Amino acid sequence: MRLGKGLWVPRPSEGRMSLKGRDLIAIRDLSSDEILDLLARAREMIPCAEGTRVREPLNGRIVAMGFFEPSTRTRLSFESAVLRLGGRCITIADAMASSMRKGESLSDTVRMLTGYADAIVLRHPNEGAAQLAARVSDKPVINAGDGAGQHPTQTLLDLATIHERFGTLTGLRVVLLGDLRYGRTVHSLAYALAQFGAEIVLTSPPELRLPEELRSELERSGAKVQMEGDIRKAVREADVLYVTRIQKERFGDEGEYRKVAGSYRVDLPLLEGAKERLTILHPLPRAGEIAPEIDRTPYAAYFRQAFLGVPVRMALLDAILGGGPAAA
Amino acid sequence: MTDTHDLRISAIRNGTVIDHIGGGLALDVLRILGVHGIERESTVSIALHVRSGKLGWKDIVKVENMELSPRTVNAIALIAPTATISIIRDFTVREKRPVTLPETIEGIVRCPNPNCISNQGEPIESEFAVTRRHPVVLTCVYCGRAVDDFLRHLA
Repeated sequence: MRLGKGLWVPRPSEGRMSLKGRDLIAIRDLSSDEILDLLARAREMIPCAEGTRVREPLNGRIVAMGFFEPSTRTRLSFESAVLRLGGRCITIADAMASSMRKGESLSDTVRMLTGYADAIVLRHPNEGAAQLAARVSDKPVINAGDGAGQHPTQTLLDLATIHERFGTLTGLRVVLLGDLRYGRTVHSLAYALAQFGAEIVLTSPPELRLPEELRSELERSGAKVQMEGDIRKAVREADVLYVTRIQKERFGDEGEYRKVAGSYRVDLPLLEGAKERLTILHPLPRAGEIAPEIDRTPYAAYFRQAFLGVPVRMALLDAILGGGPAAA
Repeated sequence: MTDTHDLRISAIRNGTVIDHIGGGLALDVLRILGVHGIERESTVSIALHVRSGKLGWKDIVKVENMELSPRTVNAIALIAPTATISIIRDFTVREKRPVTLPETIEGIVRCPNPNCISNQGEPIESEFAVTRRHPVVLTCVYCGRAVDDFLRHLA
């Protein structure tokens, strides 16, 4: 569906406001204006996501969920979004239960899904899988996570949570804490934040630093990026603290994982001296990086963040498949 | 082919001369040719370290009875961007052109990311966008991995 030739190649999306029929493979497929437009539409969708208002622009539409890697929040929130919008889902929730177990290629599976649905939401363990699907399919493809690669709808809901809290994405000091090497959500988020002029602070164990390639790219794009080894100092000065889980499944070597497991934890003593408006986000699931005692503080926004996954994905599906104002 | 240095290796009746290869790169060019197979009836001649007005020193490769496919020419452009390709028919240069690096490179280099979908046996060719030209950097259109040491990753 897309004419753009690659993830890192400039896309012809700048200035285009119609998402109708388009793929979403990486957050950079969207211009800043398109992101802000989607966030505004997501806010309007909140009552529908809560079930207090009914809007069904996807009535009669079928969305295929191809989940070839475990997922709870992403798959369920996409399914909820489709159902709330009046559409229906067909789902592969377990690669082992699909023909891929028999050796069917992803290309063939996507061709099959193309014949069965109006759009495809894809999660896959290999980087570039969604890009391949977008080339194979003439239906819109939404990337719901490809290996250690891209996860653009997670970024949209991260931005939606920040925007809901602060009313802006500009001028905030955002600390990215944890696994910045393998954590795909932080890669996309850092790129998006850079577009909105946020100040990005990187705090991670040395083994899990942001890939140099990405850091240089952020700096080239004019983003303010700094590394801060002192986690207390980073937290004290933060507006947003974005915590990630160490991606155990991305480590080739169990020994390497054990070296860094448990190397950071956000608890009440760490938050002493934090700004009153500090907002803590986490893409979830967490594995001990945030103590449960934080859940009861006003800083915790990660469950709200998980909920916003539904209205954000509703806004996106409506824009791509529905007849809403962002669709031409 | 008036350069007298060329006479150190014999002129060819029909085939292709790859001239103005940067000094020391001829063996890499041969690797590229090797990748796509040199025809059984072809003789390959190499001149290394030939004095050149333009480059100081250059290498030359002559391949008999073979005209290079656009894909092979693209691959040569990757490693020897100063090269020229001359098509020889009956000892006469019929066509001479510089190599040009295209915007995308298909099938020549494999993605160094083992987890890239292009390395999973899918019925697709690897594909890279040329994201920088001096020096050349390729970026996998599937996973976004950047490659500058592509000689180590020839398909």
